[in-house]
Amino acid sequence: MKNILFLLILSTIFSCFQTKKVDHKKHAIMIAGSTSVMPFTEKLAEYFMVGHPTYIVNVQGGGSTAGIQATFYKTVDIGMSSRELHDEELNLKQTVICYDGIAVIVHPQNPVNNLSLEQVRDIFSGKIRNWKELSWIDRDIDAVTREEGSGTRGAFEELVMKKKAEISDAIMVQDSNGSVKEMVVTDPYAIGYISLGMVDSKVKALSVDGVMPTIQNIKNKSYKIVRPFIYLTNGEPSNDAKKFIDYVLSKEGQNILKKEGLVPVND
Amino acid sequence: MIDRALKIDKYIRVLLLLFALSSLLFLFLIFIFILIEGLPLFLKVGLKNIIFGFKWAPTRGHFGIFPMIVSSFLVTLGALIVGGPLGLACATYLAEYAGKKRKLFLKPALELLAGIPSVVYGFLGVIYIVPIIRETLGGSGFSLLTASIILGIMILPTIISISYDSLMSVPRSYREGALALGATKWQTIRRVIIPAARSGIIAGFILGMGRAIGETMAVIMVAGNALKIPTSLLDPLRTLTSNIALELAYASGDHRKGLFSTGVVLLIIIMILNYIANFVVKKKAIK
Repeated sequence: MKNILFLLILSTIFSCFQTKKVDHKKHAIMIAGSTSVMPFTEKLAEYFMVGHPTYIVNVQGGGSTAGIQATFYKTVDIGMSSRELHDEELNLKQTVICYDGIAVIVHPQNPVNNLSLEQVRDIFSGKIRNWKELSWIDRDIDAVTREEGSGTRGAFEELVMKKKAEISDAIMVQDSNGSVKEMVVTDPYAIGYISLGMVDSKVKALSVDGVMPTIQNIKNKSYKIVRPFIYLTNGEPSNDAKKFIDYVLSKEGQNILKKEGLVPVND
Repeated sequence: MIDRALKIDKYIRVLLLLFALSSLLFLFLIFIFILIEGLPLFLKVGLKNIIFGFKWAPTRGHFGIFPMIVSSFLVTLGALIVGGPLGLACATYLAEYAGKKRKLFLKPALELLAGIPSVVYGFLGVIYIVPIIRETLGGSGFSLLTASIILGIMILPTIISISYDSLMSVPRSYREGALALGATKWQTIRRVIIPAARSGIIAGFILGMGRAIGETMAVIMVAGNALKIPTSLLDPLRTLTSNIALELAYASGDHRKGLFSTGVVLLIIIMILNYIANFVVKKKAIK
């Protein structure tokens, strides 16, 4: 048994040397853009590089807009965006890799189950300040939002606040999905929003306009607080880039995304 | 033989001088880098719009940090109100009343208090103080009051150790003179010893302020971090330090520079506080 193990280790080591010798030229794939997509792309890249040892995937942030521009100027192979493209950007080729739903959450003891999109907007713009206005007790709402620069906040601003209102500066701020959730778990009067993948039984996700944030409802587009995670290429992707995109869209890649709490496109 | 020893002595002296200067070098480098990163935005947006601007929305070009400056001072004042009297009382007890045995126990305990990491203070604040305040006084519990209490405890070691030293350095003859005139112990402390140690105590308070204004982790955890200037003790607030730590993760471009500008302002405030503390102590020494 020991011998077999030893042989196995030895052969692995040798095979490592061999691949290194054979493939001096590694295939490098450069990816940049949205900081919301970045952590997931990094994860995918890690798995991808295990299966394809001759590839090096380099993932960087910069934001959706920077990613779109970099793709346009061909400084990257793949750009990442977590927003829909504007009209003048539509000449880039888009591949939606998954959807990210944002759930509005409250404490499980909170009797409110549904809010309209407008009510959610009014809570975060500071127009609705008391639970009484949402037919619960006479108690101030402890709303909590994400910090400026966060992708989740960006998506929330775009999908909920739209251009009609701004998030009020009287609202509390936390710097991660986890700490927003922790605040809602401990405070019965709190309301916040987090990535759908982070929702569990410790908090209650509200339905918005009568639609629950579920994977099903995100797929059939009835739940509205959703943003796509998009890979962009300038024209048809290069062979190397295509290999990575294909991997992301494969069953294995989509499963990785699903495990991270995102909604896969191919299931 | 002696020659060699003297030579070594010389080398050691130069070596130690270099090490001593390196700490100065670090300070200088930190200063330079913060200025390089932070100053361009002051030139671009304007000093007035940053320091007296009310709106912080860096991704949309608003860099006003006035509410955070106010909040930083409010929370520091709160910490002084909580920690000042407590610290002075503790130092007075240690210096004037405590016997050797009690001192032997209390002093290390206080040093331990100084060694507790700030994240632990913050965690205890979130777990215990926040819910208590939410349930008894209302609000979310993440508030100016909570942050003041936590910071008040955190600055105790600074205040106590410096006040204690200055109380101890009051000459014995002052005490004896007061007691000989028929003053009670409390009268002696209140009328003679504390006034005599005043400048050291004030220096302790100011250094405590410096600690409170620079504290980050514990404040982020319990202050709620809302951008508005708090209008009551139960309102959440965001300090200068929390602003940097909260937003640094995703900040890029001007947003990042804005955070460094926050750092510049913070650095200047802390420098002023340290300068005042030194000044107060020196004035006493000259006297």
